[in-house]
Amino acid sequence: MLRRTLLASAALGLSLMATGSAMAQDKVKACFVYVGPINDGGWTQAHHVAVLKTQEHFGDKVEIMWQENVPEGADSERVMTQMALGGCKIIFTTSFGYMDATNAVAAKFPDVKFEHATGYKREHPNVTTYNARFYEGRAVNGTIAGMMTKSNKIGYIASFPIPEVIQGINSSYLHAKKVNPNVEMVVVWAFTWNDPAKEADAAQALIDQGVDVIFQHTDTTAPLALAAKTPGVIGFGQARDMEEYKPSPRVSSIIDNWEAYYIKRVQAVMDGTWESQDSWDGLAAGAVGIGEITGVPDDVKAAAEKVRDDIIAGTYHPFTGPINKQDGSVWLADGQVATDGDFAGMNFYVEGIKGDIPQ
Amino acid sequence: MIRLERRASASRFWVWATPVVAVALTMIFGGLMFLLLGKNPVEVIRTIFWDPLFGEFAWYLRGQLLVKAGPLVLIAIGLSLGFRAGIWNIGAEGQYIMGAIVGAAVGLAFFPTENRWIFPVMVIAGAFGGWAWAMIPALLKTRLNTNEILVSLMLVYVAQVILAMASTGFLRNPEGSGFPGSRNFSNYPAAGNPELIAGSGLHWGGVTAIFVAIAAYVLLQRHILGFQIKLAGQAPRAARLHGVVPQRLIVLCMGISGALAGLAGLFEVTGPAGQISIDFNVGYGFTAIIVAFLGRLNPLGIVLAGLIMALTYIGGEMAATNLGLPSAAVQAFQGMLLFFLLGVDVLTNYRIKLGGAA
Amino acid sequence: MGDINLSVLIASLMVASVPILLAALGEMVTEKAGVLNLGVEGMMIMGAICGFIAAVGTGSPLAGFIAGAAGGAGLSLLFALLTLGFLANQVATGLALTLFGLGLSALMGQGYTGIKPPATVEIDFGTLTDIPFLGRVLFSHDWVVYFSLFMVAAVWWFITRTRAGLVLRAVGESAEAAHALGYKVARIRLAAIAFGGAMAGMGGAYISLIRVPQWTDGITAGAGWIALAIVVFASWRPVRVLVGAYLFGGITVLQLNLQAAGSSIPVEYLSMAPYLVTIVVLVAISAGKGRKTDAPAALGQNFHSVR
Repeated sequence: MLRRTLLASAALGLSLMATGSAMAQDKVKACFVYVGPINDGGWTQAHHVAVLKTQEHFGDKVEIMWQENVPEGADSERVMTQMALGGCKIIFTTSFGYMDATNAVAAKFPDVKFEHATGYKREHPNVTTYNARFYEGRAVNGTIAGMMTKSNKIGYIASFPIPEVIQGINSSYLHAKKVNPNVEMVVVWAFTWNDPAKEADAAQALIDQGVDVIFQHTDTTAPLALAAKTPGVIGFGQARDMEEYKPSPRVSSIIDNWEAYYIKRVQAVMDGTWESQDSWDGLAAGAVGIGEITGVPDDVKAAAEKVRDDIIAGTYHPFTGPINKQDGSVWLADGQVATDGDFAGMNFYVEGIKGDIPQ
Repeated sequence: MIRLERRASASRFWVWATPVVAVALTMIFGGLMFLLLGKNPVEVIRTIFWDPLFGEFAWYLRGQLLVKAGPLVLIAIGLSLGFRAGIWNIGAEGQYIMGAIVGAAVGLAFFPTENRWIFPVMVIAGAFGGWAWAMIPALLKTRLNTNEILVSLMLVYVAQVILAMASTGFLRNPEGSGFPGSRNFSNYPAAGNPELIAGSGLHWGGVTAIFVAIAAYVLLQRHILGFQIKLAGQAPRAARLHGVVPQRLIVLCMGISGALAGLAGLFEVTGPAGQISIDFNVGYGFTAIIVAFLGRLNPLGIVLAGLIMALTYIGGEMAATNLGLPSAAVQAFQGMLLFFLLGVDVLTNYRIKLGGAA
Repeated sequence: MGDINLSVLIASLMVASVPILLAALGEMVTEKAGVLNLGVEGMMIMGAICGFIAAVGTGSPLAGFIAGAAGGAGLSLLFALLTLGFLANQVATGLALTLFGLGLSALMGQGYTGIKPPATVEIDFGTLTDIPFLGRVLFSHDWVVYFSLFMVAAVWWFITRTRAGLVLRAVGESAEAAHALGYKVARIRLAAIAFGGAMAGMGGAYISLIRVPQWTDGITAGAGWIALAIVVFASWRPVRVLVGAYLFGGITVLQLNLQAAGSSIPVEYLSMAPYLVTIVVLVAISAGKGRKTDAPAALGQNFHSVR
């Protein structure tokens, strides 16, 4: 709370300067556009936590500005334009839906750097895209799921049928299957990122169908809360550690860690070394973190940590052949390692997962 | 004790003065809230009400007011006709989405043909999409006596699922490597809806909104249909005696409001939003209901109400960005403004009297 | 299609439907008095945050529910002040109430994310729970589920069997006539509005304290709108509110279960199903009833006595 108040008053002082006297030239203004509220408990909160740490890191050398709850489309374009007009030197837009707006505004402000999260369009030299390899984290948690399930049914609460989500489903399933050939994956599409009651209903439906390990690619702790009520059911923290459900049912988590990236990129602007790039960091760079593994037997923990360490060491890639697509056709031959281009736009299930991806 | 006494006719003075009083009261109470949140109230209120109109970047933000108000006005005018006649279409959001999808689908089907007739055809398709979606509750109401509030509201959620299907499936950009979202209309001139004058914020949607507001005003003042609509709302039995067929009126009013909402969606998706995406709708269909009543169901009032709503959105957004105000505080502030606008309105039709019963 | 256990499904839908059932019951009483309050979503979310704060603060879920009811009722009094006191338009005021409630709740909830509220446990019925089928359906819930069913009966009894209920309906049918008979229209409507607010608040508190349980901005996610639709679906009858809430909640649970069971029906159609089925059932009920409508005749109209 205290930190927020301090920051808020800093922002107040900053705007006084922006509208009044000339700004201090040596300060870099870094701005952030959020799709949800800063306390959404998931995606946006993870970004905001990183932003606060970035502010802490740079102290008064950097000014931070943010806008929460920005709808995609025309509203985001206006917010970005205002930020650019207001003197922001680098603008991070943290939702896939901002992709076209980011590029449109970047065209108008060639001196401002734009960083778009999770997209693929870099139409101008002042646009960078960045994302995190969440599927690497799913590989670790998939291993836990495969070893822990007693019913051999693991469930996945999916949001929307987009590549990032499908990568997560496939990676979870492949790694569960690797340690437990009898495992079966059940996917429920909630068609929402953040609707606590619906996520609870989805988790309940999975539990009713005999699932005892629940993955989620939605933001709230509702599925964990339901798991907590049902003995023998476990789940994972999503976007943040969700440590309030430790040691069980939350046995592990995928933590979004954007701060290293934010600090690096803001520093690059200060140094004048910023260049357009496509950044896709994972466990190795710390962009994706695995929370403390709790409430599982030691061998399970060791196996999961080995997957994690191998990925970090670069000796193992979660999408290593042989992997077939759902229809039985070969996707990756034996020993073949997927290149980023192979799965950046993933829109198919791997062999063994039942059901269709809605589209 | 305080009591209200009905005026013989609406006060001309208060018709214009109530919004001013309401804004002033909102500034006082909103200012208190901002003070409690540790902000400088004068600063915040200036940012919300003054800066978008006369501040440093007003040259940009004034245009944005039109971008934001356009769809609100367009939808609200359609809704106001129905509301006057006692027909409750609260599913404009769904009609807005369907207009956008149908219109965009027609345009994208022609990609990459360049032909000047493509956009007009899309406009018709957009209006048709909204109209058709509104016809479902209208026909269920007239044929099977099903309540239109429920049907139109439920169809919003159905439209949202169809929108998700469109952006991840049948309208997905084939060059988007599997990511959701359609092609962007700003890269397809024949189907795009850019600003008509650069920097003005005015696109075909805004122009249409102005035209529709005038047309609705004339309709209500001069045309027999306008008379029937007003009569049906105020005195349904008398309306029937005057030859008004309720069924026809329902189909007509729902159709008009659906078509206008569909148009708003089409203009938005081809212009400011740029593409069909999972979350492209931002609740204009619901906000427009407030705008309609705030404008007292009068076309010109609706235009003003739409601009006021747009101002609070844009000014509030600036206050959030520049002053670090939580966006929730802006929402609460908007709610307050609406309360005062609606509450103070009582002075238009009533006198406040002190003392006991007369 | 996989196998779906009916008793499990029914037990799940009874829990999933509680928020909309409570809110819809309250709104029905409000509307019976001739007042259309579209601010259900705002009142629900105020109940959700007030209940959450109180439960976390005191450690007692019961205190949370009481505070939730108070929070919803408190916001509804603002609606009452505007519509009864200043004769403001009900539809617009209700929508503004939702906007205000969403904003205010988010402000109040700052600092309450990532916290677990005290748990509400299921009532222990002992061996009753082991009865085949019925045990799971009837004896496996928390107290609010039973409370919501009790309230259906209570509201039904109040509306159809008591003099006060008769007066309430009279006010909703014609405020003028009720006024002429000497009833205090404004006072009766005030009570109905506050009751609606309290019930919506409890529904919201159920989401933040039991169903989810956590606090995030916008936690009710549109449940208030569904509650409004359920009132219409029910033709303003208490028992049909129960049917409507369970139908909607049931289809929601069923569609997710069908997905989980690997049904061959495409997911997108399953996702639409709760809304489409509600429409279809309402069409089936309302078709062939002629032109008669069940809505209270004075619904949405303000009343101002000349005296």
